[in-house]
Amino acid sequence: MQSFDLSANGLRALNSSLHALKGQTNMTEWEIINPKGSHAIAAGVDAPVDITVRGSTGYYCAGMNKQATIRVKGSAGPGVAENMMSGTVIIDGDASQYAGATGRGGLLIIKGNASSRCGISMKGIDIVVHGNIGHMSCFMAQSGNMVVLGDAGEALGDSLYEARLFVRGSVKSLGADCIEKEMRPEHIALLADLLKRGEADDKAKPEDFKRYGSARKLYTFNVDNAAAY
Amino acid sequence: MCGIVGLFLKDPALEPRLGALLTEMLITMTDRGPDSAGIAIYSGAGAGRAKITVQSANPSRDFKSLDGDLHDAIGQPVLMLVKDTHAVIEVPLDQMDAARTALAHLRPSVKVMSAGESIEIFKEVGLPRDVAARFGISTMGGTHGIGHTRMATESAVTTMGAHPFSTGSDQCLVHNGSLSNHNSVRRDLKRAGMTFETENDTEVAAAFISHKLQEGAALGDAMGATLTDLDGFFTFVVGTKNGFGVVRDPIACKPAVMAETDQYVAFGSEYRAMVNLPGIENARVWEPEPATVYFWER
Repeated sequence: MQSFDLSANGLRALNSSLHALKGQTNMTEWEIINPKGSHAIAAGVDAPVDITVRGSTGYYCAGMNKQATIRVKGSAGPGVAENMMSGTVIIDGDASQYAGATGRGGLLIIKGNASSRCGISMKGIDIVVHGNIGHMSCFMAQSGNMVVLGDAGEALGDSLYEARLFVRGSVKSLGADCIEKEMRPEHIALLADLLKRGEADDKAKPEDFKRYGSARKLYTFNVDNAAAY
Repeated sequence: MCGIVGLFLKDPALEPRLGALLTEMLITMTDRGPDSAGIAIYSGAGAGRAKITVQSANPSRDFKSLDGDLHDAIGQPVLMLVKDTHAVIEVPLDQMDAARTALAHLRPSVKVMSAGESIEIFKEVGLPRDVAARFGISTMGGTHGIGHTRMATESAVTTMGAHPFSTGSDQCLVHNGSLSNHNSVRRDLKRAGMTFETENDTEVAAAFISHKLQEGAALGDAMGATLTDLDGFFTFVVGTKNGFGVVRDPIACKPAVMAETDQYVAFGSEYRAMVNLPGIENARVWEPEPATVYFWER
């Protein structure tokens, strides 16, 4: 176990140590203490290592993550796991705005609530939120899966492309071109797997969720509208 | 950008440390706003006394014998404490308006930062650490306070363009964001008798709330009216003699974190502004919801 005191040694030393981990390494377990809400903690890691942050983080924690498993034993500030490529990020507390934004792969688990714009423009990431998500979540989401055990705020999935959204609780309002869709057996199976990987299979059953997706009227060209262009 | 910090104390045991706690929070927010900084401290005055905090670009000229000149003008005892470019002038409460009128004649170039029974506002151009040190903020006690670090977008980097803005007795407001309809709202408020010192958008928000309070609105209702009448991006933190409030616009892209314990309610643009507050590890920490008014009064 490598223990790194962020207050004492600073962010640049931390992230350059983590960026130096490539290929085979013996230093597979890391602990970061005294994060004190600092920005960009463990951003840009590209190694199959396990990193635990003991406290709350500021902007862009675990941004661009590849391969690593990053656990935050507190809450995360704006843009956690932004543009994640692969790996797993687990937030024990709440996440601020635009968690998992533009994420291309991997799994983001938020055990508390996520605020506005969660999963905005997601492109393949899976996001499992044990609590609620705020307004404008999944705006222009292109692919990947969003699972919400609680409620969703206003304008869920506005201008949605092909991401799949599963919400157990209420949805305050759906955004433009986002509609409720039928839950077919393949969606139940997909959701069961996501809940299991999202450490939520003891909290919710796939049958309790509704599925939302794109009506596909906004992003496909309709010849009847040709005169408008 | 811009950084906001705020602290509303519930536990009187913390009151002597208000300035020190707020100063540390303010300095942490330097990289959100290195242009200028300001702080409003509600430290109270003696019974029946009021404080007028003034600023001068030429303090050695303007503050020289100002207390004596004011004494002659209003015929009442005047206490004055000069702090760098600012001076806190204490007068009998019933002479506050008379003193302000006299001040405008005696020292036309002096600007009034705040006036009231409890509030003192200090603000200047420069790094938050330097601004706080110039006014000795960390040695001040009080019941609540608000600080701001400014990265200017709407108007010039000047002392008068720094936050907090005070547009009513014991009232102040700080802002992260920008307003798009401030010119038309300013025009309406001018017609209603409000006066303005700057072209700044935030001063309009402060005057808007002051005007509502003058009309008899409660603090929560006055803050709620910003959601319908002001257009733009905002997180506002507002102080009154005995109150402290927060409101964010419905889009809520300007960050805000709050923490509450039995001892205090704290506000920070980011969590890291609050990490050294006593008992923060056990505080209830949350993000204020969009389009929702939060306020505390003692």
